[in-house]
Amino acid sequence: MVHLITELSKYTMIILFALYTWQCFFALKKSVDAEEQAWKFKKQVVYMYLFHLNAYAVLFLSTKNLDLVKFYLWQVAFFLAVQICYGIFYKRVSKLVVNNMCMLMCIGFVALTRLSYKHAVKQFVIAAISVAVTMFIPYFISRWKFVRGLTWMYALAGITMLGVVAVLGAVSHGAKLSFSVAGVTVQPSEFIKIIFVFFVASMFYESTEFVQVAKATIVAALHVVILVLSKDLGTGFIFFVAYMVMLYVATRKLYYFAGGMLCGAAASVAAYFLFNHVRVRVVAWQDPLAVFEREGNQVSNSLFAIGTGGWFGMGLNQGMPYKIPEVKQDFIFSAIAEELGGIFAICLILVCVSCLLMFLNIAMQMQDFFYKLVALGLGVIYGFQIFLSIGGDIKFIPSTGVTLPLVSYGGSSLLSTMIIFAVIQGLYLMRERGEAEVPKKPVKKKRRQKTQDSERGGRGPQALEDGGQELAAQVRGIVQENRMEENGDRELAAQVRGIVQENRMEENGDRELAAQVRGIVQESRMEENGDRELAAQVRGILKEGQQRQRKRPGRVGKEGGVLSHEETIHGTKIQDFDR
Amino acid sequence: MKKQSMERKSRTSTDRGKRKNREFAVVTYFFVGMFMMMMGYFAYFQVFLSEDFINSPYNTRQNTFAEHVVRGEVRSADGKTLAQTIVGGDGGETRYYPYGPMFAHAVGYDSNGKSGIESFGNFSLLRSHAFFLEQVLNGIQNQKNQGDNIVSTLNYSLQETAYQALGDRRGAVVVLEPSTGKILAMVSKPDFDPNTIKAEWDRIISDTDSENSVLVNRATQGLYPPGSTFKILTTLEYIKEHPDYQSYSYECTGSIGMEHTEIHCYGNAVHGVEDLETSFAKSCNTSYANIGLGLDKKAFKQLCSNMLFQKDLPIQYPSNRSSFVLKESSNTDEVTQTAIGQGETLVTPMHMAMVTSAIANNGVLMRPYVIDHTENYKGVEVKSYKPSQYGSLLTEEEAAKLQKFMSMVVSEGTGSKLNGQSYQAAGKTGSAEFSSNKSESHAWFTGYASMEGKGTVAITVIVEKGGAGSSVAVPIAKQVFDRYFNQS
Repeated sequence: MVHLITELSKYTMIILFALYTWQCFFALKKSVDAEEQAWKFKKQVVYMYLFHLNAYAVLFLSTKNLDLVKFYLWQVAFFLAVQICYGIFYKRVSKLVVNNMCMLMCIGFVALTRLSYKHAVKQFVIAAISVAVTMFIPYFISRWKFVRGLTWMYALAGITMLGVVAVLGAVSHGAKLSFSVAGVTVQPSEFIKIIFVFFVASMFYESTEFVQVAKATIVAALHVVILVLSKDLGTGFIFFVAYMVMLYVATRKLYYFAGGMLCGAAASVAAYFLFNHVRVRVVAWQDPLAVFEREGNQVSNSLFAIGTGGWFGMGLNQGMPYKIPEVKQDFIFSAIAEELGGIFAICLILVCVSCLLMFLNIAMQMQDFFYKLVALGLGVIYGFQIFLSIGGDIKFIPSTGVTLPLVSYGGSSLLSTMIIFAVIQGLYLMRERGEAEVPKKPVKKKRRQKTQDSERGGRGPQALEDGGQELAAQVRGIVQENRMEENGDRELAAQVRGIVQENRMEENGDRELAAQVRGIVQESRMEENGDRELAAQVRGILKEGQQRQRKRPGRVGKEGGVLSHEETIHGTKIQDFDR
Repeated sequence: MKKQSMERKSRTSTDRGKRKNREFAVVTYFFVGMFMMMMGYFAYFQVFLSEDFINSPYNTRQNTFAEHVVRGEVRSADGKTLAQTIVGGDGGETRYYPYGPMFAHAVGYDSNGKSGIESFGNFSLLRSHAFFLEQVLNGIQNQKNQGDNIVSTLNYSLQETAYQALGDRRGAVVVLEPSTGKILAMVSKPDFDPNTIKAEWDRIISDTDSENSVLVNRATQGLYPPGSTFKILTTLEYIKEHPDYQSYSYECTGSIGMEHTEIHCYGNAVHGVEDLETSFAKSCNTSYANIGLGLDKKAFKQLCSNMLFQKDLPIQYPSNRSSFVLKESSNTDEVTQTAIGQGETLVTPMHMAMVTSAIANNGVLMRPYVIDHTENYKGVEVKSYKPSQYGSLLTEEEAAKLQKFMSMVVSEGTGSKLNGQSYQAAGKTGSAEFSSNKSESHAWFTGYASMEGKGTVAITVIVEKGGAGSSVAVPIAKQVFDRYFNQS
């Protein structure tokens, strides 16, 4: 009987997870109806709970460990709490991201329970604490604008922590990754990643002049070099790529990116010849069996696990994942592929990719340049780490010693990933609120949340709320802010004000418009187009907004004459770039 | 995000809007592309690479395969079952070897560790390629799948012949197919019965008498002085150094004196005036001692290195390395002893067989292999192993010359027992002294035979303490050749 359930579960778990993954992408494509959208996400949650139950049933039946029952129930409570909290307090966030976050953690718990009950419990506790702590972040992110200006503080904090890492760090597995404080092991590099992204974003938000770029590059290079010297190649690589991508997007200059990549390539080659630990990894990547005794041990065992598991896996608790060194951390993907199957593993990759796409999506949708860069940077950090982690496990690329976020064992990684997710959710909140400068009264916020179901089918007619007064107020607010931030452009301010007055009667109020105006104002500051052009554009936008409000605000875009081949998320579109 | 900017009349704004997210889109596509490639590689690995990769002795998961799969059979090329698992009524499994000791080393055993085909074919035997749904059903019903069968290159009749021919004596016989590298037969004695090895294990491994080393596969791991068979290599070196080798002439007076030793021809024969061919055919020690003195030691060492000395043999069976230790500083005693195949030189029978194969195959050594293909229990082929070249050990011209020399051995020399058959045989005999007792020697023969329409087969025979190669080893080879060419 037990065997039957275990054997069948191989297939049911794959089916459940595949259905879940399908919803991730299917939900992006055709969501027209808000209700349908909501239903899709509810289905996802159901699949997740079913999978969870299935997995723990198998684990319990094969280990007969009663503690597992308690543990399972705690986890169910945990996931319920997460879902409910996000459902109540943060209706406007990306539901998909919340689901994915839960699903990945769920898989992590299952895998860790199978590998080591003690570690799973520890992971769970940290997860619960992290969620509690980071629950407030989305709210604050959407409100704390001053984070944009803290440029050099970020740099200082980052470098100091890195220095501490390099100097004091405990040498774990040949890489100075962490230090211990009061018995708790902390990996500072995980948090530095986030600080670093904020640093770069605020640097480029200020300006993308060459001098600024040079300064930023020096600091970035410092980060990377310290990490490489600490033998934490994977994290260094992530920093490098994140910086390159942010640089490219911020400056739009391909030659920065190309130049950077060339330097990176040159540095890699140099590192290969200089550092033994680099050579060792490359050798292990090329022919792991030949160096099975030492360097190739991890990758060989990982591939044995993955290959032996095949497409359908050995079955939970039926394989031998513990033969892989570092299986709870860097190589957890291999353990999952061995026992749960190759199909399951591919779905896992797809779920991570869908998270990444959501990060990049919000980056595209944000108007504020700073937050665009932050979202982009965090997305690249998350996505690239996944790529390095899984790529190293399957010998697609040399192993770089990074973990799989949310799934691997590791408190610092878990917490920092949750922070990243929370920040992203904060940005989703901001988008929904139109990045308003003026803090809204709580009453208004609740009203807005109530007017739309949490599944954001798009901006319905209810979104057309306040009249032109709001727009005017916002624009005035913008003007004020600009006056404070920039070096005084009275002319600009006057023009904008003039435009506002001109259009006050015509406007039916559109937060989106205001956001765009603001975005354009900032952007123009960086691009230094003439104010006249700016004025013309602003005027144009307002006029257009006035036209469009006569019809229903476009969602599925045909009336706008725009057809995006990009995905639609929550009924709103990613900006189509080739129009 | 509304596409207001898309509808704008103003070009700049459209540009701005268009440009605004272009880079993001590029980044998105880039990442998506990277992940697609990674997923593609994952799939590629699973489908194409994984079977070979996990078939590694380092993969300890193989031990658990036996829980889900009934071990498959090992068969000979001519269809006989050499090893099979018999499932008893109570579900207990026994590994049964129908021919007992005959294939003891070639096929190997499966308890207390593994050896032979049972070892390096372990993975294939424990994999099942039964139809997918059948496997699913078996899994659900908690039944084992039937493992795949290995069809080897071993030829039952040749193995039987070699086995009977060697009789009660110790030694080894290796039979190869030079054009493909197939191992047709491999016999090593003393041997054991794999059916009872489990019961006998303790006795076997605690037997400290080195004479009774039944587990050693003498064909691949037995190191012996090559004796006169080594003259093949001495001759090759001489030919390389002296393109005018045809003009070699020597008068054998039955012995030649060195610094500390004296070299005699076997049986104190006196051969008179000889050229190179006659020296080889008659296996004249004094002539070869003379040749040895004139050789460039460094080049000789290089030649032997190319000829797989000091190297692991490119075969699946574990092997011992042959050794050739002549140095620049070696004195004349050592040089002459080495030239005639004594001294410190040691070879394995498989090594000599490979050298012979290369000569018979115009200089190209085909990598010896013993697994021809694997098939599922219903007979559907799973994986086929093709012949592969190891490389050229000697040039075609050199091979042709050596072939001529080796034919002379049969037509005019010590291999005359192989003369006048329906097939053409060639080879080299050897009587290798191995101790200070000059009257004892191992009997060697290494050679090949071919017949129109039936191909070529190579053989190496060694009978420990057999005496003269020509009288003891050659008849064994003859029996094998007879069997090979006369069977329909």
